[in-house]
Amino acid sequence: MRRVAICIGEKVKLRSRVSVLIKREKGWEWYVCEGFQYVLYQQAEALLSLGVCPKLKDEVLHNFWKRYLQKSKQAYCRKPVYSNDNKSAASDSCLSLSGLDSEPELLSIRSCPSSEGEAGSQSDVSSGLILPNIKTIQCETTSVCSGSVDGVEYSRQREKGILKMTLPMTLAFCYMSLLWQRETITLSDLLRFVEDGHIPYINTYQNFPEEMKLYGQDIKFFSIESWPVYEDIYEKMIELGKFLDLPRFPDITENCFLHPDMLCMKYLMEANLPDEMHSLTCQVTRITGMGEVDFLTFDPITQKTKTVKYDVQAVATIVVVLKLLFLLNDNVEWSLSSLAQENNENNHEGKPCFDFRKWYQIMKKIIDEKQQKQEEFRAKYLWKSKKPLYYSSVDRSVVYKRRRMVANLQKQFSILVDSAPNPEKKKPSSFQLNWAEDQNTTCFHGHSLQKILQKKGKSLTTLNSQYWLSTQKFCKSYCKHVTTYEESNFSVSYQFVLNFFSFLLRIKTSLLHEEVSLIEKRLFYKKYENKSKASKSKKARRS
Amino acid sequence: MDAFSEELMRSVEEDDQEKASVGCGPEIHLPWLSQHIQNTVSHGHKGINFAQTTSICLNFIQEALLKHQWQQASEFLQCYFQALEDFNSQKRQVALQNIWKLGSAILYHHPKSSVETFSAFADRMKNIGVQNYLKISLQHALYLLHKGMVEEAYRNLNQAESWRYGEMSASQEKLIKLIQAYRGLLDYYTWSKKRTELSKFDMDGFATSAATQDMHSYFRQASVNLHEIIKIPGVWDPFVKSYVEMLEFYGDQDGARQVLTDYAYDNNFPSNPNAHVYLYKFLKKEKAPEDKLISVLKILHQIVPSHKIMLEFHMLLRKSKKEEHHKLGLEVLFAVLDFSGCIENITAWRYFAKYLKQIMMEKHLDWVQEGWSSRKDWWPTFHFSYYLAKKNWKENKILALEKAFTSGILLGKGCKYFMYVSKQGHKVQEKSIKTMKKFVMKHNILDSKEL
Repeated sequence: MRRVAICIGEKVKLRSRVSVLIKREKGWEWYVCEGFQYVLYQQAEALLSLGVCPKLKDEVLHNFWKRYLQKSKQAYCRKPVYSNDNKSAASDSCLSLSGLDSEPELLSIRSCPSSEGEAGSQSDVSSGLILPNIKTIQCETTSVCSGSVDGVEYSRQREKGILKMTLPMTLAFCYMSLLWQRETITLSDLLRFVEDGHIPYINTYQNFPEEMKLYGQDIKFFSIESWPVYEDIYEKMIELGKFLDLPRFPDITENCFLHPDMLCMKYLMEANLPDEMHSLTCQVTRITGMGEVDFLTFDPITQKTKTVKYDVQAVATIVVVLKLLFLLNDNVEWSLSSLAQENNENNHEGKPCFDFRKWYQIMKKIIDEKQQKQEEFRAKYLWKSKKPLYYSSVDRSVVYKRRRMVANLQKQFSILVDSAPNPEKKKPSSFQLNWAEDQNTTCFHGHSLQKILQKKGKSLTTLNSQYWLSTQKFCKSYCKHVTTYEESNFSVSYQFVLNFFSFLLRIKTSLLHEEVSLIEKRLFYKKYENKSKASKSKKARRS
Repeated sequence: MDAFSEELMRSVEEDDQEKASVGCGPEIHLPWLSQHIQNTVSHGHKGINFAQTTSICLNFIQEALLKHQWQQASEFLQCYFQALEDFNSQKRQVALQNIWKLGSAILYHHPKSSVETFSAFADRMKNIGVQNYLKISLQHALYLLHKGMVEEAYRNLNQAESWRYGEMSASQEKLIKLIQAYRGLLDYYTWSKKRTELSKFDMDGFATSAATQDMHSYFRQASVNLHEIIKIPGVWDPFVKSYVEMLEFYGDQDGARQVLTDYAYDNNFPSNPNAHVYLYKFLKKEKAPEDKLISVLKILHQIVPSHKIMLEFHMLLRKSKKEEHHKLGLEVLFAVLDFSGCIENITAWRYFAKYLKQIMMEKHLDWVQEGWSSRKDWWPTFHFSYYLAKKNWKENKILALEKAFTSGILLGKGCKYFMYVSKQGHKVQEKSIKTMKKFVMKHNILDSKEL
């Protein structure tokens, strides 16, 4: 099995035969993309430990990465970016490193002009990365401002069409590989694992080997002081797919985890809602065509600018169904709850009726507690790592001194703090809330919707016959959003439902609201059509 | 189950609901925190970052301090320290100041902290950057004083005073002066201790002279510093008092008087009623002429009309020969009784009653009317309500009688207060009530108005 690997100092020594490089006493020379490679490696390992299939790391991610290097002309191609055309002497030497494959964690670097890396999986084990030829001394002096050889260059590169690598991009890579493999980790799950620390992202450079010194411009690439945002990673993934010219991803069919039916079930369970709602969500999915294979599968070549936000869409579907059942206008849902309560008091056999009010009370309490804990977790988060970053060697001593001082202060105050053992880091799990096992609170999974559905001929329909659209008019200008979410315009129950689900997914409420609006647009398209026809005719009449 | 069809969408309504208050238990929301909870969930394309989490952390610390949860506060403070490593130097400075303020507050109150931990913390904080050295030293010294460790504090102040750092020390002159002043104050403290010791000694020649020399040297040290600080506009009550005490001890009455006068009358200094009180007391001790005393207290009357010295002032004015002083005396009493702190002051009421009587007999009704005109709207409910009549009579009959007398004069015999008290008093002290009634019948401003 092949493994992603890192560079070793000895290889550099070999290369120095070829060029006029002055080996610095400060460790190895390494390129920015190697650093990112290492980050991806760590992330892939973490994903594996979460239970993902090993194929993801060895084949899928690796191939995506290779393809990226090829496309961005950093390696695997005839003319790597940094190559100096004059130094053809470099291309003559060929250092074969076939013997290295047996050793784990080694990257074979050689400048071999012959092979042009293929995107597909290579069975030829011995071919490694072709790294760019050695730069001239001129380039070397500029790279003094960064630990990596090409840090300064990398930050300056403005070549059109080349997608630069950043830390959020590593997550885009991960997500893309997960999507390719159709794993049971959605983007919101992935980002949640990042925040909880199960997947390295902040301060990954701490795990770089000692000899890979990081300072100066490198800080821009490898250190980040903010958590990833859902939309950001999502868009980056689409860009990346387009950039890499990837073919159509494996189909997402009804059996896949990412299919709306499955995801809706998962979120219904997590939100402690009755299982009976599932058939309604399936109906919505069917009517709007969101369950179609073509709709769901990511195809960078034909549909360049979109894919589906699977988790957000599933949750939005649930919100739509809740609106269908309960209207959520601060009125109907409570009267329906009273009905259900009455019914439950009178009949004690069979399945109890789902009481929205009870659900609300339980969930609100839980979610408030969780939000509070989340706030505290964020407030206490330690961004600065034990290995401080510095801009230049002048800075270095100051920065280290500061770190020592901070560590000292922390130690001093730890006397005051009761040394309560740190709560065990939560084991990563797909589900944030678990209801079936908890005996203390009501589990609504088994409750029935019978009281809020009524017979209509041979079928059942909802007791509530009204609906209100989350967005009446969609934005048609060139901005990124489709609609805005102004909380004060909406009912408290709707706000609560949005808040609840967006907290589960750690996304903005406006994003969820947008998705709900888009589903409604599909669902009630006729209504929208009528509206636009009406407005058009109005315009005609006026003019 | 066929879920729905077009029929469902009968009405599409734009929602414009008012917030329904859904029943959840009473919760106390601290406004700043809940704002943060909303904000941090909904942010722009940039994720939640270092700056935001540190400010949330800061809010948590402040909240914990408010609630006296020292444990929690120190937990969060531990995580706040990383703000000192911010790349931005301005933010680092802000973080430093926050940490000092919050850390010192926590260490002051936390049950597990001690003077050593505080001192260690202060020492460490002093040496981070140079801007805060003097300020933290001074606050450290004050803390030590608070804990009663005078020598430690003295040493600290000495050390701080001798700190020099090029331009930085020049710009922080004021702080240095403050430090010197506190040192002077501590010198005074030592001086006064030595003085009390000396006074207990027998006249043992050798020992006393050495001790006296010692005492004198402290005096010199202290006076230099105190003299300096008093020149700067500000409020320096303890410094002034100590300085004056020392000067008086050494017989320098003129110097003392000068200091006090400057302190009270220099316009650059903020208005300080205590300054006038000190000056007045000094002059009284010196047996200065009454005119002088009156002029001093006049100013105090303007600044703090409800001061307890005002009653003394009133007596002075009464004794004086000038008519304008007599009128002022009445005004002073009116002003004193305007304040709710004095409404049950028997002396004030007694003076008032007596003086009113005197004035009415001297036929200076216009004075009374002048003072009364601005007060007749609110004094009746303020002083002479029926409820107060009952309360005063129950608690303090003498007060009630004095008040009743004044109410009779000012409001006439129909006044509720007067009527109640005279009725009640009639059963107890017939005679005095009768005289009171008679006087009131004869002299009250209501009747005279009609005249």
